[in-house]
Amino acid sequence: MTGGRRFLAKVYVSLKPTVNDPEGNTIAGALGALGFNVEGVRSGRFFQVTLDAADGPGAEKQVAEMCSRLLANPVIETYTFEVAEVQTNRLS
Amino acid sequence: MRFAIIRFPGTWSDRDCHHVLTGVLGQNADILWHRETDLSGYDAVVLPGGFSYGDYLRCGAIARFSPVMESVTRFASRGGPVIGICNGFQVLCESGLLPGALMRNESLQFRCEWTHLRREGGRTPWADDIGEGEVLRIPISHGDGNYFADEATLATLEQSGRVVFRYVDAAGRATPGANPNGSAHNIAGIINARGNVLGMMPHPERAGEQLVGGVDGNRIWESIMKESLAVVG
Repeated sequence: MTGGRRFLAKVYVSLKPTVNDPEGNTIAGALGALGFNVEGVRSGRFFQVTLDAADGPGAEKQVAEMCSRLLANPVIETYTFEVAEVQTNRLS
Repeated sequence: MRFAIIRFPGTWSDRDCHHVLTGVLGQNADILWHRETDLSGYDAVVLPGGFSYGDYLRCGAIARFSPVMESVTRFASRGGPVIGICNGFQVLCESGLLPGALMRNESLQFRCEWTHLRREGGRTPWADDIGEGEVLRIPISHGDGNYFADEATLATLEQSGRVVFRYVDAAGRATPGANPNGSAHNIAGIINARGNVLGMMPHPERAGEQLVGGVDGNRIWESIMKESLAVVG
């Protein structure tokens, strides 16, 4: 733990636009079969990471590093994230 | 020759590799838990197939941070022969020892079947005993074997002879129908620039005895064994 404030990061990982997404294509086909007028679907992953940091920029720096080192594979994926502070009921 | 076979939590082909290397081919081999970091005394490292860490996040993404992988990277950087089979190939790509990535099969289906592989150019101790153009029959067993790399990387691999095995039909033609998973350029196996690290999706250890339907997988083990003899002799 690196300091007093708690943050929640919402991380979105998806395949690069240039990478074929058979899962997304299959889901798009299924939605079309249900009668929806779907132009396309891209599949991806969503993570909620709770972390401690000294401040907002510190939290964002950690999350960016998590994404580039583990949560996303830069060969095939891109990521975005948003970070917000959460309230803790800490005494002292 | 002494092989180190790495077992991550979820590895499943370690015993098959051990059986073929010791029982069929008469070599020495140990199965090492992924927390082991000492690879001294080993002539080659095998990263076998399976579902390390349950394939959580991405196949091989978490195994890549296992303690043993630092030692494997050092072993490879000194020119030590490393083979990654199936999940082992995925681990090698995730760890950056090989370029590209293995994505979900284009069919979205797990494919477990015999495939034909054509030996392409490129020097590697893992396949130098196999003539260029020769076709081997070795099975695959994976849901994520769809090799992807950007166009520049594919061009580099092709031009430098680093595509070692390509999926072909029984007649040796690299047709779309012979491609079981959607891999770019029908790629089944590649090597690093130095040639000592091979990653391949098909399982040579599952083609080690006539009893299981074929012995072509032994050509890969015999190749590295011959290489090792040449170094010693």
